[in-house]
Amino acid sequence: MKILVPVKRVIDYNVKVRVKADQTGVDLANVKMSMNPFDEIAVEEAVRLKEAGIATEIVAVSIGVAQCEAILRTALAMGADRGLLIQTDQDIEPLGIAKLLKAVIAEENPGIVLMGKQAIDGDNNATGQMLSTLLGWPQATFASKVVIDGDEAKVTREVDGGLQTLGVKLPAVITTDLRLNEPRYASLPNIMKAKKKPLDTKQVADYGVDVAPRLNVLKVTEPPKRSAGIKVADANALVANLKTAGVL
Amino acid sequence: MAVLVIADHDGTHLRDSTLKVLTAAKALSPDIDVLVYGAGSATVAGQAAKAAGVRKVLTAESAGLNADIAEDVAALIAGLAAGYDAVAIPASASGKNFAPRIAALLDVSIISDVIEVIDAKTFVRPIYAGNALETVQTSDAKVVLTVRPTTFAATAADGGSAAVEAASIPADFAGTRFVGEEKVTSDRPELGAAKVVVSGGRALGSAEEFHAVIEPLADKLGAAVGASRAAVDAGYAPNDYQVGQTGKVVAPALYIAVGISGAIQHLAGMKDSKVIVAINKDPEAPIFQIADYGLVEDYKTAVPALMAALG
Repeated sequence: MKILVPVKRVIDYNVKVRVKADQTGVDLANVKMSMNPFDEIAVEEAVRLKEAGIATEIVAVSIGVAQCEAILRTALAMGADRGLLIQTDQDIEPLGIAKLLKAVIAEENPGIVLMGKQAIDGDNNATGQMLSTLLGWPQATFASKVVIDGDEAKVTREVDGGLQTLGVKLPAVITTDLRLNEPRYASLPNIMKAKKKPLDTKQVADYGVDVAPRLNVLKVTEPPKRSAGIKVADANALVANLKTAGVL
Repeated sequence: MAVLVIADHDGTHLRDSTLKVLTAAKALSPDIDVLVYGAGSATVAGQAAKAAGVRKVLTAESAGLNADIAEDVAALIAGLAAGYDAVAIPASASGKNFAPRIAALLDVSIISDVIEVIDAKTFVRPIYAGNALETVQTSDAKVVLTVRPTTFAATAADGGSAAVEAASIPADFAGTRFVGEEKVTSDRPELGAAKVVVSGGRALGSAEEFHAVIEPLADKLGAAVGASRAAVDAGYAPNDYQVGQTGKVVAPALYIAVGISGAIQHLAGMKDSKVIVAINKDPEAPIFQIADYGLVEDYKTAVPALMAALG
């Protein structure tokens, strides 16, 4: 069974994001970029399924600027077999990404699409659900455990107030939550090997799908700042202050 | 111009978050219907019908809807969408699971985690874990949005007398089946709705210590228990305690952070709390930059002293 893993290039998790002075977006110049952390978890899960003899091939796909090749190489170094870069300078919304991925899936015919539940830039938490809808495949989002059992995946999901387990018929779309696994670091030999693995580049136009934006971003601003209050000497002073503030 | 609000409920009670989403919906249109789906929909619909300004309440139950299967919920709502210009959904784990499907079925964009309604087509939402706010205007004919309840005031729970009727329900999707669930039962208030939240961080050092220190303080204050992502990742607290951009977003009257340094992603989940207290032995911890009251002291001495001072 083939697994398709879409991966996104985003500002590194540890970088403090700065809003541009002209309010057109956040500053991406000279900022460290990495693979979206939830997508790393998806790659790791796919590699584990291959190590367990369930998956036979892992294809990583990224949609974005030419530099997305770097995160595809990371996926290949972690254990993906093949990369596909669909190049564009346009910032495509989740619905457009889902339509492009649907076109990729028509060519690749994977048994599972494993992807992050959300990207840490737009925080939409939408592409997996939209892709599943467009394909007519079952979805299992926010996965904390995935067990493949014949033609069904049993997926334990993080839901409000606990966990839910669903059985989804394959092919299906599964999105990852934080606790699914801890992604491995690629070893140096694997990083070297990844440089020789196949990586195709295509253009968005090659797929002939509508990726026109539906949303017009009017402005991007900094959130209102909350200022520091006072330091209290001890627990008694704290309780006195909280009583004065009317919250106790 | 009418809006369909999707109710959040526990099978018996309408959750407060629904009343908050109603407030957001009223900024879009005066004509508001509510859909209550899932087991207990008749009981909860009675409560929704009393909420101020609701025009009509729809109910729906099926095996798939009762198990909150996203495919079934989205198909139901997309089928109802012809009569509405917008669908507003609480940004809970459940809402985030099915809302993008509705948008895909209608071929419109999803607008996630709305914190402010500018007008019927223009919304403000957080990006980058709340480190930036984006104002977006949609060109789609229909609007599907998830609403972050904590940033809106609740609509009055009474004063309305809406009619209740059953919605027509599409057949359940065959590809997904409910296997089981493990819900955490607790006598404490629900994290998302609690007036007071006590959260513990990595400084606690173990699940035993988290249990022994954070929970008694929470119980003394009648508070919900939260945790930082670091504490959850380290296994000190279960995942559904997690407060932050990737967990729950809370805005209680009082938030007490114990042994939490204040990573950006945690702050994104609690910075709208009315009063924030930080207890941390590191005076340089970023949490102090947003705390109203900071106590620089090891939690090991500070929490017992606080318990004593509370009497």
